[in-house]
Parts: sequence; structure tokens; C-alpha cells
Amino acid sequence: MITVWFVVIAFLWTGYFVLEGFDFGVGALLPFVTRTPAERAQAVATIGPVWDGNEVWLVTAVGSMFAAFPAWYSGFLSAFYLPMLLIVVALIIRGVGLEWRGKVHGPREVALCDAGLVGGSALAAFLWGAVFGGLLLGSARAAVLGGILSLGMAVLHGAVFLALKTTGPVRARARTAALLTSVAAIPVAAVALPSLPGASAPAAPGWAASPWLWAAAVAAMATLASAAALTWRRREAWAFAATAATIALTTATVFGALHPAPLPGLAPGLTVASAASAPYTLTMLTWIAALALPGVLAYQSWTYWIFRKRVILRHPQ
Amino acid sequence: MDALDLARWQFGVTTVYHFLFVPLTIGLGVFVAGLQTAWHRTGKQDYLTLTKFFGKLFLINFAMGVVTGLVQEFQFGMNWSEYSTFVGDVFGAPLAMEALLAFFLESTFLGLWIFGWDRLPKRIHLACLWAAVIGSNLSAYFILAANAWMKHPVGYEVVGGRARMTDLWAVLTNATALAQVPHVVAGAFVVAGGFVLAVCGYRLLRGDGPMWRAALRGALVMTALAGVAVALTGDTSGRLLAEQQPMKLAAAEGLRHDTAGAAFSPVPGIEVPGLLSLLAHHDPGATVQGIDDIQSRYTAAFGPADYVPNLPVVYWSFRVMVVFGLAAIGLSLLGLWVTRRKVPRWYARGVLLALPLPFLAIISGWLLSEIGRQPWTVQGELLTAASVSPGVTATEVAISLAVFTLLYGLLAIAEGVLLVRHVRSRPEKTPDPQPMPELSLMY
Repeated sequence: MITVWFVVIAFLWTGYFVLEGFDFGVGALLPFVTRTPAERAQAVATIGPVWDGNEVWLVTAVGSMFAAFPAWYSGFLSAFYLPMLLIVVALIIRGVGLEWRGKVHGPREVALCDAGLVGGSALAAFLWGAVFGGLLLGSARAAVLGGILSLGMAVLHGAVFLALKTTGPVRARARTAALLTSVAAIPVAAVALPSLPGASAPAAPGWAASPWLWAAAVAAMATLASAAALTWRRREAWAFAATAATIALTTATVFGALHPAPLPGLAPGLTVASAASAPYTLTMLTWIAALALPGVLAYQSWTYWIFRKRVILRHPQ
Repeated sequence: MDALDLARWQFGVTTVYHFLFVPLTIGLGVFVAGLQTAWHRTGKQDYLTLTKFFGKLFLINFAMGVVTGLVQEFQFGMNWSEYSTFVGDVFGAPLAMEALLAFFLESTFLGLWIFGWDRLPKRIHLACLWAAVIGSNLSAYFILAANAWMKHPVGYEVVGGRARMTDLWAVLTNATALAQVPHVVAGAFVVAGGFVLAVCGYRLLRGDGPMWRAALRGALVMTALAGVAVALTGDTSGRLLAEQQPMKLAAAEGLRHDTAGAAFSPVPGIEVPGLLSLLAHHDPGATVQGIDDIQSRYTAAFGPADYVPNLPVVYWSFRVMVVFGLAAIGLSLLGLWVTRRKVPRWYARGVLLALPLPFLAIISGWLLSEIGRQPWTVQGELLTAASVSPGVTATEVAISLAVFTLLYGLLAIAEGVLLVRHVRSRPEKTPDPQPMPELSLMY
């Protein structure tokens, strides 16, 4: 049951990074792929209906950590105090910017909202990677590298998403942005990904990283490279699937390395088992998740189906 | 100030701030859904105009509720790691349920509603809004169940220094939760109703059309019904206090010693004999426990410590809650009568008070509830002083308190400007059918 809940939490974080990854990316790319207010509205409209639903994956992931692994939740958040503060601030600024940009008056106010959206998205995307890099490897270098990797992956994911969901100049610029980002992201990934599987060093002697983790890390590298190739060949939907797979595999590798010691550098003695809630609680949570998650997946998929079409400018300026 | 004081200030500031947006989201969502339902049923253009007008106010407010809610979930772990580790097994479950069963519903369907005006069939589009507002209200239930557990922990045992859940059903049907959920949710409807009343009063004073009288009448019904529910459930809460948190009740009256036939003083100096006993036990002669006597009983049971909360704050927040709350309810009941044929000018002016009164009442209610719970985070089990994160420095908490205060201050100004500007706009003349009219979604 403990392992099941570890996997559920890894799944929720994976869902969060895959989904919010592209809306972070779209936010961060806004100044680079749009030239006019109408184009900015077009780009933001691709994520407008879904970003808040995406963010609930974070709320659920963190809430489930609190319920299923209280000591992991509290140890993680209190140890990364200032980065977590910045993440929350970044999420507040981008959320408000996104929601208010359509409700304010005049170009200056819209520009202010957009500044919040762009800055908040980029900062949050960077910091999540930095926090998990720092958690796993415990060094400043790992945090910076992790931040660059996650920002790069989010921007690439968002660029591919924009290319898939728009038409006209924004689509063309998004493709260019995706190609440029992949040129930068591939070497960063080549340095960072191999350090993940062996990162966690639990107390048990003779421990070695599972071959599955190595497989996931290698697969992440492969899907990242293929995302670039697919973008080059203008296979937008496949490229998006590839960037989604890259983020999912990377997240899976990170969480695989956090098992069985979820706070490796901070509390090496803490194990997933000792951090966990009692079996009764986990059983109850399992019933609730089994009941709720299929519904969530169904209605969120329906949302994406309703808004499946490209956003086009009716009167391009 | 040490890290504990700063963390408490941060919790107070961020939670009160968050709760400025929550009751509006809960109540205004239902009001807007009601307006859209009326439009759906009757086809009258006025209802659609009102749906869009109040819908936009709802959304400006909703954004703030969402983003300030994130802070809550993070700060338990950041500032209160000892608390989180102790209670996570029990307290975390309703939070996880809130996310899974309520918040997903709310956020996903609200996105569909905002962007679905011309993409969804009318009936489905309306259903999306109802799904979202049901999500908001369910969300309130789970959060309040978690909060109720702090005041009256049930369905658990303490093993190895951590609370361990033994009965989820007991946690979800905690008597404290069942009393405070309807009290707080009905209070939220009074806040939202009062907000609508004030907006309508303003529009009517400006001489705007009969549409605003219709909206005002609708809001009066909602506020008056919710107001009666608040008063009745407040009575239940009072009796539960006497049983479960006698110190809070004693502090709310400033009652020093165990007293038979205890009096209640609406303001210092005036005493109504037996009223406190009547409220607490439905018997004017019953004994109500007093602060000093509870202090000695707690010292005997839990060891020496100061078990008395901040008395002036608890005493006055209780009175502000009751007086302002009853004033708001009275204003709505009066309105039901005097606006039968038309809205008199004096009432349109007076009803502007329906905006601040319920807000002050509900915030005071929370101050009473949470400051009155001190020095415990979990009544009888865990002290606030033992709940704070041991590894977090006062400097770190000071930074985050400063950052949140500054950010929240700026956002409050922006939110105020947006709301006021929209309230003053003329929806009848400039209909705003789509969020982005120059865009269309197509292949």
C-alpha cells in the first residue's frame, strides 16, 4: 500500500509537470512568439480554458503528500523554504496575470498582466527543476542544472503546444522557438539526466540504481531528441506527444530515485515507509482516489476535446 | 519576535486575506448560476446581462481565491512542519479529498464555463457552471471538516508521537464540522448576498433600470434565507463550544469563574442574566465554566502552561460577529418588506452597508474561532508552540511574511480597482459577450 501511494504521488506530480509544463512554456514564450496584442490574445487563448485545471494537479499532488506521507511533505516544504516561497509567489503572479489580462483596460494594464504571466511562468518552471534537483543531489550545481533543464523542457513543450494549437505567424514562430530551445535543451539533458538514476544513496550497502531508472532516463533523452526531429518535420501532434513523454519520463526517473529515501540529503534516515501514514489512512485514500481519479481524467479529457481546435485570428492584424 | 510569532502572524494575515475571496466565490457562484438558470428558463435578455455582469465580478474574485489558496496548502509544510507531521495522517485526508473531489471539479468546469459560451450547447454550458459551484461548496465542506478536527479531534489515536486516523467517517461527520459547515457556508451566502445588494443599491441610486431591482430582490431572498440559517446554526455552535471548547466560550464572555446562571453582556456594563447559560446549555440556570477554573483543570490534565487565549480579541470579535451579522440579516429582512413594489431611495442608500457588515462579521467569526482555540493547534493534543517548523529561522519567516504582505497589499488595490470599475460600467450599453471577440476557435 505504501508503494502504491508513492506511485500515485509520482503520477500526480507527473501529471502536473506534463500539463502545467506547456502552460508555463506558453507563458514564458509570450514575448518571443507574438508581436501584436491580438497575437498575444491568441497565444493565451490556447491555455486559457485549461491552465487552472492543470494547476489543480499540483494542489492534489501536494495535498496527497500531506495525507499519505506527512513527514515527507513537511520535511520537503520546510527545507526548501525560500524556493517554495518564490514558487508560490510566481504562481500567484502568473495566475492573476492570466485571469485579469482580459478584464483590465488599456494596453499598459494588459502589458503589466503579461509581465506577470511571463515572469511568473518562467520563474516557476525554473524553480521546480531547481528544487527537485537540489532535493535529489543536494548541491547548488544540481539545483541550477535542474532549473535550466525544467525551464528548457517547459519552454520546448509550450512551443510545440503553441505550434499545434495556433495558425499563422504565431505557429511559425513557435516552431522556430521549439527548434532553438531543443538545440539548448538536448545538451543540458545529456549532462543532467544521467546523474538522476544513481542520485539517491540510501543507507543500505550494495545499493545500485535500478536498471528501470536508467531505461527511463535513456528513453527521456530519446523522446527529447525525437521531439526536435518531429518538430523539424512539422509533425506537431507527434512532437507534442514526444515532449510530454520526455517530461513524464524525467519526472518518473526523479521519483524513482527518491524511492526508498524521499529526502536523501536532508533526512537520510527517513524512508518512504517511515514517512507514510498508517495502513488504514492509505486504504481510505485508495478508495477515494480510485473513485475520483477516473472521473477527473474523464472530464479533463473532455475539456481538452471541447477545446481541441486551433485558435485562429479572425481578423489578423 | 521569534519564528513562532512571525509564523502565526503570517498564518493570520494570509488566511484572513484568503477568506475575503472564498465566501464571495461560494455565494456569488450560486447567485450567478441562479441568474443563468433564470435566463435559460425565461429567455429574458435582462437575466443574461445580469449573468454576464455578476459573472465577471465573480471571476475577478475567483482568480484571487485560487492563487491565495495555494499559499495555505504550502504554508502548513513550510512554517508548521511539526504540526504537519503530527496531524498529516488525519488532517491530510480531507485536504486530499478536497483536491480530488471538489477543486478539480470547480476549476475544470469553470474553465469550460468561461470559454464555453459559444462552444457548448446552452444546457451543457449552464450545467458546467452548476458543476463548478457545487465544487466550491463541496470544497468548503472538506476544508471545514479538516479545520473542525483541530478544535475537536475525533476518529484517531496517538501512536509514536503522531496522530493516526482510526475512523474516516468520524472525521467527516465530526459534530463540530456538521455545525460549522452550514454556519460558515450560510455566512458566505450572506456575504455574497450583501455584496450583490450593495452593487444593486448603487446602480439603483444612479437611476439604472428595473433589472437591478429584480437582482436586488433575488439577492434579498438569498441573504435573508442564509441569514436565518446562520443564526440557527450559530446557536448550535454555541452549545458545542460549551461542551468541546469551554475555554473559547468563557473567553468570549470574559467569564472568570464557573458560574451557574451566567449572564451575557452585549457590551461591557450591560448584562442579561442567565443568557449565556441559556445559549450554552438551553437552560438559564446551567453552569458555564470560567477561564480561571478551566486553567486550573487544564494545568492538572496537561501540565503547567498558559491555556488562556488573547481575551480582548476573542471578547470583541464575538461581539462584532454577532452584532454586525444580525445587522446584515435585519437589513435583508427589512428589505424584503420595503422593496415589495419599488425600492425606496433611503433603502438603496442604506443597503450599501450590506457590503461591509457581513464581511466584518465573518472575519470576526474566524478570529473568534481560531484565536479562541489558542494555545492549541489541536485541542488537547498539540500546542501551537510545539507545531512550528524547527529548522526554519525567524529571518526566513520574516521574509515570507513581508513578501506576502506586500504582494497581497498590491493585489488588493488592483482587485479593488477592477471590481469598482466594473460595478460602475454600463453592461446594458456595452454587452461583453465573449472574453476575446476578435478570436474564434476553429480548424
